[in-house]
Order: sequence, then C-alpha cells, then structure tokens
Amino acid sequence: MPKDTGIGAAVPRTEDRRFTTGKGRYTDDFTVVGLHHAVFVRSPHAHARVTGIDKSAAEAAPGVVAVYDGKQLVGDGVGNLICGWAVSSKDGTPMKMGAWSALATDTVRYVGDAVAVVIAETKAQARDAAEMVEVEYEELPVVVDATDALKPGAPQIHPEAEGNLIYDWEIGDAAATDGAIANAAKVVEIELVNNRLAPNAMEPRAAMAVYDAGTDHLTLHTTSQNPHVARLVLSAFYQIAPEHKLRVIAPDVGGGFGSKIYIYPEEIVCLWAARKAGVPVKWTADRTEAFITDAHGRDHVSKAQLAFDSNNRITGLKVNTVANLGAYMSLFSSCVPTYLYATLLSGQYVIPNIYCDVKAVYTNTVPVDAYRGAGRPEACYLIERLMEKAAKELGVDPGELRRQNFITQFPYQTPVIMTYDIGDFSQTLDAARAAADVAGFAQRKAASEAKGRKRGLGYSCYIEACGIAPSAAVGSLGAGVGLWESAEVRVNPVGSIEVLTGSHSHGQGHETTFAQVVSDRFDLPMDNIKIVHGDTDSVQFGMGTYGSRSGAVGMSAIVKALDKVEAKVKKIAAHVLEASEADIVIEGGAVKVQGTDKQMAWHEVGLAAYTAHNLPEGMEPGLKEGAFYDPTNFTFPAGCYICEVEVDPDTGVVTVENFTAADDFGQVINPLIVEGQVHGGIAQGIGQAMLEHAVYDESGQPLSGSYMDYTMPRADDLPSFKVSTHETFCPGNPLGIKGCGEAGAIGSPPALVNAVLDALSGMGVKHLDMPLTPRRVWEAINAAN
Amino acid sequence: MPKVSMTVNGKAVSGEVEGRTLLVEFLRESLRLTGTHVGCDTSQCGACVVHVNGESVKSCTTFAAACEGAEVTTIEGMANADGSLGTIQQAFQDNHGLQCGFCTPGMVMSAADLLKQNPDPSEAEIREWLEGNLCRCTGYHNIVRSIKAAAAANA
Repeated sequence: MPKDTGIGAAVPRTEDRRFTTGKGRYTDDFTVVGLHHAVFVRSPHAHARVTGIDKSAAEAAPGVVAVYDGKQLVGDGVGNLICGWAVSSKDGTPMKMGAWSALATDTVRYVGDAVAVVIAETKAQARDAAEMVEVEYEELPVVVDATDALKPGAPQIHPEAEGNLIYDWEIGDAAATDGAIANAAKVVEIELVNNRLAPNAMEPRAAMAVYDAGTDHLTLHTTSQNPHVARLVLSAFYQIAPEHKLRVIAPDVGGGFGSKIYIYPEEIVCLWAARKAGVPVKWTADRTEAFITDAHGRDHVSKAQLAFDSNNRITGLKVNTVANLGAYMSLFSSCVPTYLYATLLSGQYVIPNIYCDVKAVYTNTVPVDAYRGAGRPEACYLIERLMEKAAKELGVDPGELRRQNFITQFPYQTPVIMTYDIGDFSQTLDAARAAADVAGFAQRKAASEAKGRKRGLGYSCYIEACGIAPSAAVGSLGAGVGLWESAEVRVNPVGSIEVLTGSHSHGQGHETTFAQVVSDRFDLPMDNIKIVHGDTDSVQFGMGTYGSRSGAVGMSAIVKALDKVEAKVKKIAAHVLEASEADIVIEGGAVKVQGTDKQMAWHEVGLAAYTAHNLPEGMEPGLKEGAFYDPTNFTFPAGCYICEVEVDPDTGVVTVENFTAADDFGQVINPLIVEGQVHGGIAQGIGQAMLEHAVYDESGQPLSGSYMDYTMPRADDLPSFKVSTHETFCPGNPLGIKGCGEAGAIGSPPALVNAVLDALSGMGVKHLDMPLTPRRVWEAINAAN
Repeated sequence: MPKVSMTVNGKAVSGEVEGRTLLVEFLRESLRLTGTHVGCDTSQCGACVVHVNGESVKSCTTFAAACEGAEVTTIEGMANADGSLGTIQQAFQDNHGLQCGFCTPGMVMSAADLLKQNPDPSEAEIREWLEGNLCRCTGYHNIVRSIKAAAAANA
C-alpha cells in the first residue's frame, strides 16, 4: 500500500491549491450574462399582520424589473416550506406545523421574515428600491422565550399550534425513573440553559437561479450541504420544477455547520422569480441578513435529576426540556431536541432508568434547527454538568466517578433507543488526564492563587451518535427521507479514476480523504483520482453532508463501489493473463498474477475493459460501478475533554489555559484533517461556553445582529489545543469509521463550564449559565459573596 | 461615472465606478478577481483583506475611487512567478491551515503583512495580529502553525 497517500496518512489537501490562490469558486463568484440581483424586503417587526403593500415607487425605480410579494408567490402555486421529520406527542397526536410561505402573505412572525423581493439590474439598485416598498403592518403581541410562550395567555403565533406547543414528546420509562429517584441515596439536581447560537459559516448564503425558456429548465447555484435533497424538496414540496428540469449545483461552499442543510425561502424565491421575470437572479446575504435568517442552534431550558445509590452508582436520570424552535418549523427542526438529543442522555454511563420529556415551542424568533452537533451538545452538556456537580456534592474525584459508572460491556443497549456498538471510555479518560497533566494541576493552581487568580479544571466525557443512520430505523422514527449514501466509481480507459459521491464537502476535505481510500485500495497516486460532488447533473443522487456522516456513510458507499470495481478488474486480468482470479493482486500500479512475473499495468486493464476486444464471455464492456450504502447502526464517537482555566476574580475574565482532547473516532483516514475537525469543533464549543449568544429583546428585536455584538471566537480568545485519537474500530461499516466532524463542539462546552465552576468553587459559586462572559462570572462571584 | 485607474497584481487596470463602489466590488465584479471575499458588513471578518501600497487593508471598507493610482495586491497575486505556491500559501497547505477556504485569502494577505513587519512573531503576537480575521473552521490552531512555519521558511 502507498504509505504516503493511503489510509492513515497525513496527506496535505489537494483542494488547497485553489483555495490558497483565490481560485476557489463559491456561489457568489459565479455570474451569467444578463444577471439581475434580488434584495428582500423584510419585516422589522417580530409579529405583525401585513395589511398592505405599496410597490409602486419601487417598481418605478431605476433598473427595477420586478417587485413580487407573497400573494403572487402563493398564487403561482409555490408550496409552503415543510419540516421533514414527523414527531408525535406522547398522546399520539402529530406535531403541529404552522404554515410557512417563502414570502409572508398576511402575517410576519419574526424580524427578518421576508414579505417581498425586488429584482433589479444591480444590487445597489435593488437595495435602493427595496427601501421604497411600503409595507403596512399592524403589530401583534410578541413572545421570544420558549417558557413564556407556553404560559396561558401568551401571544398565539400559529393558529395550528394551540398555546404555541408543537409537540410534547417523551422517551423512556417515567414510572421506573421516578422509582429510582425516590429510592436513591443521593439525587443531584440541575436547571440549565443551553444558549441560542448563530452558526456563522464565513461564507454567507447565496443563490443564483437561471431559467432557460428554450428547454424549460432551471439551474440553481447555491450554498448547500446537500444539493440533491434541495432539488428533491424544491421539486416535490415547493413545486418549483420537476427534478429532471431542475439542476442544483453546490460549488465550493464556505462552511456549513448545519445552517446550509435547509432549503430557505430565498432559494425558492430566486428560482420562482427567475422564471417569472425572465432574467437570471442572484441573491447573496450580507452578514446582518445571515444573523436574522440562517437557522439558529440550541436554545434549550432543562431541569434534570440524577439519582445515585449508596455506592455512587447511577440509578436514574429524569429530564424535562423546553426547546425553542423559533417562528417556523425548519426542515429538520423537530428531530433535533428529540431523536438527536434525548437518545444520547445515557452518555458514557450505565443508567438503568431514563425518562425525558420535551416540549417544542413556537416563538417570534428566527427558526432553530441543527447546528454542529444538533441535540447531542445539549445532551452532553446536561449529563456532564450533572456528573461534575455530583462529584462535588459526593466529594469524589470527577474523573473517577465517571469511570465507576462507565459502560464497559459492548454492545450496550441504553434505555433510550441507542445500542452503543463499541468504545473504551477509560482509555480516552486516561489519555486525556495524562496529556492534560492532571497530576500537576495542584501546583499550577497554587501558582495562580499566588497571583490572585482562580484556577479550575473541568472534565467532559462525551458520546455522540453519527453516521445517521439505518433508513428503516429513522423512517420508523418519523424521518421523511432515507439516510443512505451513494457512490459511483468510474475507471476511465486510461486508468484514471473519477469517484462520484453524494456527500458534499464544505471544508471537510473530501477531495483528499476520499481519494486516499481509492489510492489505498488500488495503490495509485492521488493525482490519478478525482472526487466529483455537489452537482445533481453529475452525481445521480445523494443525501449530502451533515451529522458527521460523510466518513461512516459516504465513504462506505465508495468502498462498496470499489469492491465491485476490484472484482471486475480481477476477472478481466485473470482472463487476459490466463490465471485464476484468486491469484490476482493489485499493487504498485499493476494488476499481477501472484508468484509469477505476469502482470498488466493498471491502465491496460482499463483499456481492456473499454476496447472489449478480449473480455470474459458474457462480461459487459466498461469499468464503472455504483453502490448505495445504508448504514447498519449509528456510530458512536466518544472521548474525554479536559479544560483548564484561570479566572480573574476582580473582572470575571476567563482565560482558557489548556484544552486537551482525547477522542475515539474509529479508523482515521487522514490525521491532519481529523485533528483540524477537532480544533474547529472545540473553538465553536468554547465560543458557545464563553462568548456567543444570539439574544432577542422582549419586543423580538435581535440584539446580536452583527459581528459588533455577536462575539465570535477570535485567535486571541483561544489557546492551541492538545488533541489525540485512540481507536476502537466501528464494527458497523467497512472502514471502521465513527465520524469526527461534531465531537469538538459537543464535548467542549461542559468541560469549560465545569472548569470555571471548579475555579470558583471556593468562592461559593455553584451555578453558571453559558456564555460565561466576564459580566456573568463577575456577577456570580459578587452574588455568592 | 468617474473612472479609476490602479495597478492590481502588477497590471494596470481601470474602470468606471460609482462614488459608493467599494474596492472589493471593483475587484470582484469589474475585474472578476473573485478570490477576495466578503464575509461581513461591519469590517470585522477580514475575508476581504488585500494590500494597498504594501499595507493590508479591508477592501470592504475602502472606496475604489480612493485607490486611484494605488498598487493593489490580491490573493491572486501571491503565487510565485512560476505558478507554484508562495511561502505562506504553501505553509497553509502543509499545515492544514484552512478548511472551507473562505477566510483563507484574507488570512494569507494579513499574514504576509505581519511577516513583513515582524519576521519572527511569537504565537501570542500572531494571535493578536489575527484579531481582525475570523475563521469558523480551524479554531485558528493550524493557522497559527502555518504562519509560524512560513516565518521559519523565510528565515
């Protein structure tokens, strides 16, 4: 095997050449002759009735070709946006989905809800004209907090959802869990907030729609993590065009983190407007627009009880969560606080009894959906805050309390659906403790104390579920789609290889890692291999990239296709070389008969397949194989994160001194890329824990609508990280991969908060909610004193 | 509309601009140099950093008309004459200093100005310098490593 480019090699990324030289091609970089620009007219109110729209001044403005509103959109038969995962309440009633039109018709429900669109020759003209659209609003009462939205008399947001309750869902055994709590030697209680976040991929969302009247065909360039799903939904639910008359291209995409999974109103409107106005239309969000239209993440409030017996063994966990889903149900919003959250509440621990109740709620805020981790960070935060609190209250070492309760026998069936297939939680705990030099902490703490600072150390032993998931299983839980992946491997007549994948790379480096799998299999140089993705005209179908699934699911599909190609290559070589198939080996760029000097160069097999002059009897010409891979289970990445902080008690400023991650991702294809994923995830997790918060005031105005007031992690907020991987191979897929894209964001917030609470434990501070801004920390210190 | 002339990546260019046309709009839309990106509207993210007369500036808050006669360098002008990657670009590739690539042009341009002013910066100095450049993918860890590696390669 070629050690320098095969599985496990730290291969520098092939895509970097274009990105480092300014030759990347993102959606806004594309243009066509006659391109026009769209600017949206958005509601400045969080909740209002639209009583009139006067478009006349805008229509007469220079360069304007059209101004459209929601009544025209609905009149043309464009369908409402939908949520694609059906979750039912505990009483069996289906979730209550309110109508969501891409342009509001009679009611706006959050600041940023689009009411009209202006199409003009230049962006500046469209922007000028958008300000001339006069919309009359009749303001309605507003609610932004999910708990408030459930109170009697709260403003009613959708007629379909009485009391703003979308569903009241449950999982686990309530009676058994109540029994465990009643009989416990110790019950640890917590109430916490998982703060609302804005995803902030650096590339703002964009869409360019071109209609070809000659062929009645639409082409959409868009910032999507899953172009085929976009085409399916645009076609089947929004009636934009049948799939064969709609091409969706997701070219280079500048980060996603979940926010580019969904099909938003803007893409729908651009496609509809391009056909209606007869001109190509492009829309590119500015950052402020991103803050008020990209789906936000998290926003949970939870209460929980964790029961222990007299030997400090966990006997039960009971959780009540209220989840804010915003003003409309985004594409996968329903599954995030349910099947992606409560099913992970067992953490790394044997917990015989678990019960969780989740109320999902409408508010007058931007829709909330999956953001890096999606449900799993909320679960991890809850259980890991509880474990650290329990260790403090029980007076035991937080690492050892965890170890004592670790699951050690696999497979392990939790009480909340998941079957963990494999793991070694003590291994990652030990590795993290060693790398973080926990033994030397007391000395470092003393040194901090000597200069008037408080020092703390916090753990987080996370587990998450990736590679979602067997299609039949998610179908039974309400998913509207299957969650397999497809691949096609084409060996060209000259021996070069194109791999078509339904996964989509928006920073993950698939062009490198996927090529490494092929290089490894056929012992070929990376330069002979091309990964094709992101275009519905090139790749037949795919489910896209989210939930850390491209390795475990996407690459498994490639492996299945490679198996078929290898089998055919061996058949052809055996026939031509007059040998037994079992004796054929592929190595060093050649296909050989083992133990002889008979061989064909790799490209000669390709040529033989396409000339078809001398193939085995009955074999079809060509060398191209496809595969669909449906996962057998979720995969379960797990690990231990340890954060060490220093707190200035006079100012409340928290400094992250050390951050250590020990992860088990199963098989690592490219350690350079895997480590990079962990770094980025940790930075987002530290951002959530210390800096980031999407805030609305009581009237529903977003207070964090730009980088002047939403605190993104910057280089000088963060340390360098100590990361390492420790593999137990996933038994469920051919490469043994678990997935690494989200772990950092899932595991890190509780480690940081636990560290700060540890630092302040001597000052009487018992609780903090994220983000731990200097003000919050300072206020907690002063309240405790 | 007024005409503006400048030198971009060593080539004399000119075009008509409105008074409100930003340098980044002139580069991206008139010259089709789309390597310079726009990631925010408050001059915070640094995806738009280019060099004007040798200094790094945010092209999203610079008027094109104000660059009359200026020497402008963009990311497209940073590779070596033979097309191979420049030292900083190569260091970013070798050290996995980028993921989605959207912030990368600004990071490379900003790093080039840093290394011109301070050829051997410490980690803390690099982190402080990058305060005006946001990256959402890398957690900055490998960007810092890349810039240190570029400094070492220049030494």
